[in-house]
Amino acid sequence: MNWKTFYALLSRDGHVARRNLLPMLVQNLLQPLLLTFVFGRVLTAGGMMQGAYKNVLLPGVMAISMVLAGVQAVAMPLITEFQFTREIEDRLLAPMEIGWLAVEKIVAGMIQALVSGLVVIPAAWLTLGSGVNLDFHQPLKFAAVCLLVAFFSAAGGLALGCSVGQTQIGLMFSLVLAPMMMFGCAYYPWSFLHNFPVLQYAVLINPLVYASEELRGTLTHVDHMNTMIVIAVLSGINLAVLVVGLKKFRGKAVS
Amino acid sequence: MGIGIRIENLRKVYHTPPPSAARGAGFSFVTQRSAGPKEKKKFEVVALDDISLEMRPGEVFGLLGPNGAGKSTTIGVLTTRTAPTSGRAFIGDHDVWQEQVRAKLLIGVVPQRPNLDFALTAREILLFHGAYFGQSARERTRRAGELLEKFKLTERADHMCRTFSGGMMQRLSIARAMMHDPEVLFLDEPSAGLDPQTRLLLWEIIRDYNRLGKTIVLTTHYMDEADSLCDRLAIIDHGKIIAQGAPRELKASIPGGYLLRLRFDRVPEELIAELKKLPGVTEVRSADHIAADVYADRGGPLIASIVNTAQAAGSELHDVHISEPSLENLFLHHTGRSLRD
Repeated sequence: MNWKTFYALLSRDGHVARRNLLPMLVQNLLQPLLLTFVFGRVLTAGGMMQGAYKNVLLPGVMAISMVLAGVQAVAMPLITEFQFTREIEDRLLAPMEIGWLAVEKIVAGMIQALVSGLVVIPAAWLTLGSGVNLDFHQPLKFAAVCLLVAFFSAAGGLALGCSVGQTQIGLMFSLVLAPMMMFGCAYYPWSFLHNFPVLQYAVLINPLVYASEELRGTLTHVDHMNTMIVIAVLSGINLAVLVVGLKKFRGKAVS
Repeated sequence: MGIGIRIENLRKVYHTPPPSAARGAGFSFVTQRSAGPKEKKKFEVVALDDISLEMRPGEVFGLLGPNGAGKSTTIGVLTTRTAPTSGRAFIGDHDVWQEQVRAKLLIGVVPQRPNLDFALTAREILLFHGAYFGQSARERTRRAGELLEKFKLTERADHMCRTFSGGMMQRLSIARAMMHDPEVLFLDEPSAGLDPQTRLLLWEIIRDYNRLGKTIVLTTHYMDEADSLCDRLAIIDHGKIIAQGAPRELKASIPGGYLLRLRFDRVPEELIAELKKLPGVTEVRSADHIAADVYADRGGPLIASIVNTAQAAGSELHDVHISEPSLENLFLHHTGRSLRD
């Protein structure tokens, strides 16, 4: 393994991310923050939602931001780089086994997902105003789940980015990402779905459910799923997504 | 000194359309549809059909052929970008598909269409490329500066490369391929789309690099480029090598050397027989009833006797085109088609 090359590729992605820092932050943060403001501030202030909803919402918004950030950081550039311009070609010719370039993309995507997730906490906290009770009572579990979610988002971005063509980006958002966000238990705890039993079990294929639930569990005292189950399921999903992503990447990279 | 290249029985069959945007703007392979009664119709394109080649250390080797002949696929296999269906390829002693990383360390690749990293400036493209190959910060800064200067890009070095003109992108692609000082430089249609002046600059740069003992492999469908730049050539058509050798040997191998393309109002059999008897004529071919291709060891001096022979056979000569010994004629001789067809 050629670590110098790996590090150089990572610094290339870091360099490009720094150059696009502002648009990237706006892209990743604006939507979750607007949502937070409307649901957590406007509706609670008007009395349509209880103040405690803020505690349900914030971890969910953090999970959404992380997933979106990772997917966008990896999938979007890959889609363009593998298309007409073949910009990625030079990096595929770098003296390193090409699978590692996919791994490098995942690492870069994870970093962006983690940064986005961590920036959301203070930003959403400010947007929500008073009444948010965050409690980092399980720092290790919190770190573990953050890493698992970041990995999922970046590896998911790899798999999506290598399966979707440039003309299907809009479709990717409406068919994959939008349902994932709405049925990801980000805006409500999973237990609230008990009135819709079929849906309650159908959403379990959605990794965002586990991400929202576990972030809720480690940041607040709202009821949530069992941590060990969450970690086991997320690890399983991550492995599957990684295998698919690497396979798709190779298929795209070598003709 | 110098690294050679060996290709053994290389075959490549595409089952999905090759990414034409990546290499080769004009892929036009022979499509073969399997016609078995039970088999479903499937896409199958034979891009390389059992090719074996040897490129010597330190030579400029050219792959000459029309669009879709298999030139870019050959380069793709040699540069780890296209997986062969069967057969082997070696850069030096390293099997390209067994020891990819070692092979990649030895090669630099200039693609057919610039594939520059649009998120970076020209200088950054060179610096990061150097970093991928493990060059120290000082070394890559120095080398990037030199190459930018050499390729007349210094003024625009810190501009985003997406704003560059086609010629500038091409120059930057070549600079990038040379950045890590590779032993073998691959150039896929390097002068396509370049103005004549830039083309001459490119040739000079290729010759300079070759003088350092580096092996150069280039593909082209320009006869003059192959003729003036290459030590040896392989002429490819439909995934097969139809001739190889030094340009001079290849040209000498055409019967007669000169080609006279004649058009008559009609070509009776006896006219062909009589043309064959003319002094210096080695071969006469007639594909239809109004044209004949005459291969001979002389050009103009033959016209008078051709006119007389035609008159004697009751045909009228309408048009004559004389071409001197050239690779174009060689291609035509082997395939019956012009390179530009």
